[in-house]
Amino acid sequence: MDSSAADLKPLIDVRNISFNYGPIPVLKEVTFSINLGDFLAIIGPNGSGKTTLVKIILGLLKPSRGEVRILGQPVDEFFDWNRIGYVPQKATHVDPLFPASIKEVVAMEFHAVSSHAMRKQDKELSVARALKQVGMESFTSRRIGSLSGGQQQRVFIARAIVNKPHILFLDEPTTGVDTETQEHFYDMLDSLNKKEGITIVMITHDIGIVNKHVSQVACLNQRLVYHGAHEDFCRSKAFKEMLAGGHHLVSHRH
Amino acid sequence: MDAFLSYGFLQRALLAGIFIAVACALLGVFLILRRDSMIGHGLAHISFAGVALGLFLNIIPLGIALAVAVLTALGIMKLKEKAGLYGDTAIAIFSSVGLAAGIVLATLARSYNVDLFGYLFGDILAIETSEVWLSVALAVIVVFIVILNYHRFMYMTFDREAAKVSGVKVGRLDVLLTVLTAVTVVLGMKVVGILLVSALVVIPAAAGLQLASNFKQAILLSSLIAVVSVLFGLFLAYSFDLPASGTIVILSFLLFGLFFLVKRVNKVR
Repeated sequence: MDSSAADLKPLIDVRNISFNYGPIPVLKEVTFSINLGDFLAIIGPNGSGKTTLVKIILGLLKPSRGEVRILGQPVDEFFDWNRIGYVPQKATHVDPLFPASIKEVVAMEFHAVSSHAMRKQDKELSVARALKQVGMESFTSRRIGSLSGGQQQRVFIARAIVNKPHILFLDEPTTGVDTETQEHFYDMLDSLNKKEGITIVMITHDIGIVNKHVSQVACLNQRLVYHGAHEDFCRSKAFKEMLAGGHHLVSHRH
Repeated sequence: MDAFLSYGFLQRALLAGIFIAVACALLGVFLILRRDSMIGHGLAHISFAGVALGLFLNIIPLGIALAVAVLTALGIMKLKEKAGLYGDTAIAIFSSVGLAAGIVLATLARSYNVDLFGYLFGDILAIETSEVWLSVALAVIVVFIVILNYHRFMYMTFDREAAKVSGVKVGRLDVLLTVLTAVTVVLGMKVVGILLVSALVVIPAAAGLQLASNFKQAILLSSLIAVVSVLFGLFLAYSFDLPASGTIVILSFLLFGLFFLVKRVNKVR
């Protein structure tokens, strides 16, 4: 990708997205952009449409109105999916009986499209590199079901980054993971963002993470009630309204 | 074992049986992990209706069974998607209707005879040369297509959403897997019969999954267990004058039991 051109255009352009589940509105006229190098947290109360929005961006759901453009192309016409990495919300609910090794799980991403013509040796090197980036290089032959939730999540991130994507989506990646592991985990994401240049979009309930790691915040409550720098978010009206509403937000000291 | 070198009917049975067993085992691994184990059972009952229809119309029963099984398998898929039915409910509905239709058609065709019993219980030892080559050809096609799409099937079975985002055409592959399952079930009827074909799809795969430490091993082990079951099942059936279908299935179950015990012992250690 031409980085100078990419600097000018947003990576992801969300325009006027609305979505209903039957008669129930979930998203209303959401518009914002995600730029190269952003570390964006999407936050909001339960039922505010965060996961739905990410699924619409990734083409898993069709909006009732509006459009999404990825690298300037409508999402329906976008085909370069190896530029996008995705760790779904239920990633930690792994079938413990599924007989895939860590190496096989990470390598799945290579085989998604047949046009991925890479030598076997290069694939193995890429898998090893991705596992090293997430600190799981010594677990290559272990079965995915034998790992802890936090370890599995690292493997799924390795799978999502093995193709060196430009943008990585994570949906509540630390659900069910202990606090200490969460800290290591977010430090790793930080490194991917700042050192590897991967744009990160993460759904989270953790305000502490918002304060410490992210550069941008998008706050959803069916509508986009805030989008901007994280420093301004905690002073914003949207943040105060969320706290006053008693919505579930995790906060911890650093 | 000399009998396998001497008798054509045993050689034909072995050739067809091995290829069909491998196809069944390959698909069985994916079906078990997708929680679709019972689809073989449902499609077998549907195939009974197809066979009965073929006998009633005096058209090649296997061909009619193939068409009916494929169409029904696609129908079950659509019913799950559009009518919001659970998978096992859709299978139960079609399975019951298939069996009922088969009973009615068989009665109308007055074909409660050797032909029908052969389809119900399998008659691999009576397989003809033309049937062998057709079965082998279809089994090779099934195996080839599964191997060609192996990684995509694995990805969408493990994590459907992530696979979709990565560009895997999960809808098309669902259809492909469904059609391959229908074809394989009809092929398997020839080896172990309508009543036991789902066992040939499920048990060797379940056995292989007990000890496999990765997916490739699961596929290879399941196929090996299926081949061993057919080989020794036919040998025992010939040696002791037992029905081949039941012997093959019981042997595969014993192998499953053995692998299950080995897994338990390893766990305790």
